[in-house]
Amino acid sequence: MAQGIDLILVLAMLLNFLVLGSSRLRACIRAVAFQGVLLSILPLLLHQGDLAVHMVALSAGMLALKGVLFPWLLLRTLRDGSMRAEIEPLIGFTASLLVGAVATVVAFVLSSRLPSLPSMTSSLLVPAAMTTLLISLVVLVSRTKALTQVLGYLMLENGIFLFGLTLVQSMPLLVELGVLLDLFAGVFIMGIVIYHISREFDHIDTYHLTTLKG
Amino acid sequence: MSVIPLLLSLGLALVCPPLLLGVIHKTKAILTGRVGAPVLQPYYDLWKLLQKGAVYSRTTSWVFRAGPLVSPAAFLTAALFVPLTTPSALLSFWGDVVLWAYLIGVARFITVLAALDTGSSFEGMGASREVTFASLAEPALFVALAVIAKVTGSVQLSEMFGPVLGQAWRTAGPALALAAASFFLVLLAENARMPVDDPTTHLELTMIHEVMVLDHSGPDFAFILYGSALKLFLFSVLLVRLLVPVHIGVVWLDLVIVVAGLLGLAVLIGIVESSMARLRLIRVPQLLVTSGVLAAVGLLLVWR
Repeated sequence: MAQGIDLILVLAMLLNFLVLGSSRLRACIRAVAFQGVLLSILPLLLHQGDLAVHMVALSAGMLALKGVLFPWLLLRTLRDGSMRAEIEPLIGFTASLLVGAVATVVAFVLSSRLPSLPSMTSSLLVPAAMTTLLISLVVLVSRTKALTQVLGYLMLENGIFLFGLTLVQSMPLLVELGVLLDLFAGVFIMGIVIYHISREFDHIDTYHLTTLKG
Repeated sequence: MSVIPLLLSLGLALVCPPLLLGVIHKTKAILTGRVGAPVLQPYYDLWKLLQKGAVYSRTTSWVFRAGPLVSPAAFLTAALFVPLTTPSALLSFWGDVVLWAYLIGVARFITVLAALDTGSSFEGMGASREVTFASLAEPALFVALAVIAKVTGSVQLSEMFGPVLGQAWRTAGPALALAAASFFLVLLAENARMPVDDPTTHLELTMIHEVMVLDHSGPDFAFILYGSALKLFLFSVLLVRLLVPVHIGVVWLDLVIVVAGLLGLAVLIGIVESSMARLRLIRVPQLLVTSGVLAAVGLLLVWR
């Protein structure tokens, strides 16, 4: 069991690097979706004692949103918006990977300083959460496409979700559901907005959006 | 410890390497719908080359002639440290993993020198590429080996890839899996296999390793081909021992398992080569950095 949890967490961490290193937008969307699917399995593995109904509901909701709906929305936007499916990062891919490695080291060092909770089932949980958070920030800062901003935002939520899992027993379902709902609304609106921006301005580079200010 | 298993594994290390190449070529041929050359073709090639005479350019010096002799010798020496089946390799001492890695470095160094010695700008270009990529592959290799060393508590190849590894998979599985993935990428890069280099072409834009040995001919070229096959064999044995840490105790059975693992790995390399195109040259460093990052994450997992 503990091995399975560790394996999922390590895979989730590696998917961050896939997002950093891949030049294909489509691959990045799939990677983030897969990360969401992996994380949605975790509450079921991490529970202690009986399986509560709300945990199953949370897993199912997360799987449906992050594994199916979001990637579908984003891929549709990518296709209909007829945008270039390549990422042009501000920082090169190799440099991003190295920054990601540094972020991972920082995450491990930071999490070793944090007090560990008795309810924590896996010692990898906090480092994985920190790594995902830090790398999502790197993605948000260094990728200028509007779609990659959405991806960074999704990764950020994945990291927050991982942090939430440290309190899996006492975490109120409502809080997590609220976050998921916000995320759903956010991605939905962004999907529509990006689609319209790309129709109006034939590019969705956020770098150029700053010049729109009157 | 009896002598026969040691001699047997040494003999296997001497005879087997071209067979791996043959299996890779056959796999690629089958997957692309061709009949392909016989599995033993690399042996016929070596035999044919050994029959021929060598041609030396007047502009070359002794370095050019030393290249094809020193590099297989370095690989053969490195082969003595690799534990094929028996609990211990033929030669073994504390810290031999560093010597192993740098024996391969010596072979590369002399190959590069021999390439530069020809004075051809073309070979100079290949040498420059080889060294550039090697400088990125080496850290990845060492970090991956460091993961294994940390997990098994030893810096001796025979112990690192010995029975302790089997138990270590249970406690540090994810880290070892990362090390294995990183090691596989290094194996592909070091042996000039597909995503990094295309071993079958002679187009100047794609070559890294092939270009450095263009001017060698006859027996010299046979030695170089044998040396690179042996290098592939050495990396493959370590990867197979890492992935299949089975120790039954009966020498014959262990030997069969390792050979089956090697053939399986050769088929896997053939599948990788058939299913993906060579990366653009500027993307190769990214692949190697990825390999290093994978190993580094593995090291973090075991070191915290």
